[in-house]
Amino acid sequence: MALVLSEDQQLLKDSAKSFCEQNAPVSVLRGLRDSKDEQGYDQAIWSQMLELGWAGMAIPEAYGGFDFGYGGLGVVLEETGKTLVSSPLISTVLVGATAIVQLGNETQKQDLLPKIVAGELLIALALDEHTNHNPSKIATTATKVDGGYSLNGSKTFVLDGHIANVLIVVARTSGETDSERGISLFLVDANAEGLNVARTIMVDSRNSSNIQFNNVVVAEDALLGELDQGFNGLDSVLDIARIGIAAEMLGSMQAVFESILEFLKQREQFGVLIGSFQGLQHRAAEMYSEIELCKSAVRAALAGLDDPDTTLAERAELASMTKAKLSEVFFLVSNEGIQMHGGIGMTDEFDVGFFIKRARVAQQFLGDASFHRDRYATLNGF
Amino acid sequence: MQSQQEFRNETRIWLEQNCPESMRTSMVQEEVVWGGRNAEFANPDSETWLQRMAQKGWTCPSWPAEYGGGGLDKDQAIVLGEELARINARPALTSFGISMLGPVLLEYGNHQQKAEHIPKIVRGEIRWCQGYSEPGSGSDLASLSTKAELQGDNYLINGSKVWTSYADKADWIFCLVRTDFDVPKHSGISFILFDMASEGISTKPIQLISGSSPFCETFFDDVKAPARNLIGRLNEGWSIAKRLLQHERTMISGFGLSAGQSDNGGTTSTISSLEGTAMHYRGDTKKLSDPVLRDQIARFKIDADAFAHTSRRSVEESKQGPNATSSMLKNYGCELNKRRYELMLQAIGSQGLGWEGEGFSDEELQLTREWLRSKANSIEGGTSEVQLNIIAKRVLGLPDILSLARK
Repeated sequence: MALVLSEDQQLLKDSAKSFCEQNAPVSVLRGLRDSKDEQGYDQAIWSQMLELGWAGMAIPEAYGGFDFGYGGLGVVLEETGKTLVSSPLISTVLVGATAIVQLGNETQKQDLLPKIVAGELLIALALDEHTNHNPSKIATTATKVDGGYSLNGSKTFVLDGHIANVLIVVARTSGETDSERGISLFLVDANAEGLNVARTIMVDSRNSSNIQFNNVVVAEDALLGELDQGFNGLDSVLDIARIGIAAEMLGSMQAVFESILEFLKQREQFGVLIGSFQGLQHRAAEMYSEIELCKSAVRAALAGLDDPDTTLAERAELASMTKAKLSEVFFLVSNEGIQMHGGIGMTDEFDVGFFIKRARVAQQFLGDASFHRDRYATLNGF
Repeated sequence: MQSQQEFRNETRIWLEQNCPESMRTSMVQEEVVWGGRNAEFANPDSETWLQRMAQKGWTCPSWPAEYGGGGLDKDQAIVLGEELARINARPALTSFGISMLGPVLLEYGNHQQKAEHIPKIVRGEIRWCQGYSEPGSGSDLASLSTKAELQGDNYLINGSKVWTSYADKADWIFCLVRTDFDVPKHSGISFILFDMASEGISTKPIQLISGSSPFCETFFDDVKAPARNLIGRLNEGWSIAKRLLQHERTMISGFGLSAGQSDNGGTTSTISSLEGTAMHYRGDTKKLSDPVLRDQIARFKIDADAFAHTSRRSVEESKQGPNATSSMLKNYGCELNKRRYELMLQAIGSQGLGWEGEGFSDEELQLTREWLRSKANSIEGGTSEVQLNIIAKRVLGLPDILSLARK
């Protein structure tokens, strides 16, 4: 398991870096926020990302993808994290495409994956129902009806819900509300009758939504994966997504840290550079160390995803280790990002505020540090 | 050229045939092999194991074969390490010659010096100690004042050192001495080797809070050290001293590596699994009943995992041996190891607080002492605060307050 990037991955990372810096800096997100953009992402930039092949990064060649693995998608996410690119990359590529590759039948894969690569299809995962991530606590029901299923319930914190063409809905087909058994996944057309999507404006200025299902009827073949046995498959898809999000967080925290270092080297007080103060130096050195650990955790986890010998249990442990660690450190670095910039860090004009807002959303998304420490302990038998 | 897979296969077979069974168990403190003129082998198998490993040069796998080392390239050395870990093999030899002196001697020594000392380090024939800190020179190491004056073919050495690990058991010392008092402190230091059996040397062990005495005060009274034993150039010893510290820090950072692993092959820890221990002492079977401790242990293990990956990444990335990141690894590894012992104490409760006598198992009593010993991790080899200074200056490029102060 290599912890250093391959030559191909390094080239990809360099090109993603220059693309994000030149075409999608933080000012793009600022613009989307200030103009209250209805889509919540920049269509022209997304088209360029599609041209670069980013949507097909982790999709097999047989389905129109480029088979570059999660190591490839990971370095792209790291770079988009540095400039806080708001795009369907996470909802559609990292989560949506992964779910279809991992759980879909041949027809579903042939049908949906090439459309994702071509940018003809946006996907959103409708999973959470509560204020905190808990993927087995599902009250939304899918009841068997003639020719298919009828869905009822509500979902929250659905990333890109209001722009998606297809929703992957996690619903209960049997069992108690907090049981892992009896969970099934369905592909639902976003225009289906009885489906109500309400966009929520979040602190990080990215797309999110609440969704209501009132007798939304889907056909038999809308089932993604196995009936009643959907939880394990879902969890393994979530593990890949958790690692991908961690890669994005790694990029974001590095951007904040670079900004801090730059400030320490140019801001003068008491007649000297503030970067010469030991009180700040030690905090910077400790942050540097924590970020180095984050980098290793993300590299190891991505390498684990691309290694065919990694078991699902090992993947789960890597995912919880990485998401817990990255959530903690991004919390630290985003807070220090404000404090160490002083007053300027509090101004909206300065970009660091966008990062602390993104940090809290990313920390929560697919499980925060305490969720993943608990899961890590359970996975390790304590 | 042999493929990596072939090398792995051959290594695996050789280890299967040559590593004695009792050497495939977790190390216990009393059986650590330090070598030297008066080498002790509490377990006779460890002598066999040392001889076989030294024969192949695998006590120092990547050192040149010319001087008795294994002559392996970096990838082969990693494979050997993995294969040793696979069978939970103990280190055949633990020595400051391997972890500290050898690498700088190979870098800075002349042929004659290498030929004289390196093979003996590989074979564990000479045990080395480190003459660095002095009573008045701790974190400010470069202010040291042990004096060396050239008299004929010898340097005459006077002064004293402190925190000299195992000075009372060592055969030779690598020592920092001041050879010029009239220049800025960093420019008058030289690096010299001499025999601890020389006339005029005395040592006095220091008792620590853990009750043991691994460190000594060391006194030099007109000690004669042959001038040919000066390493590198006169008055240019500070660069060698700093380079050696990077190697020392890399070694100490390894203390953090065993942390959080359920199996501590190769380390001297008495109790293997933090979570298992905590559950055992509470009578828990499925889940650790103290939710706060459970969260703290999970957090610790996650950090330890991420640290182990970082340590491996640093090996994969480094081309010329350790660099300034060794300070990061040293600092983090030491803090992790201290956290590990604090959690272990919490895991065991009052049974971890015994000092001696009845009522406590040997393992419990040793844990109490190891916990206390671990407090030195963030002091020895440069304090955590010094490591953070080095990271700030050398890695992050922040301005140096001390050089500003001197202006």
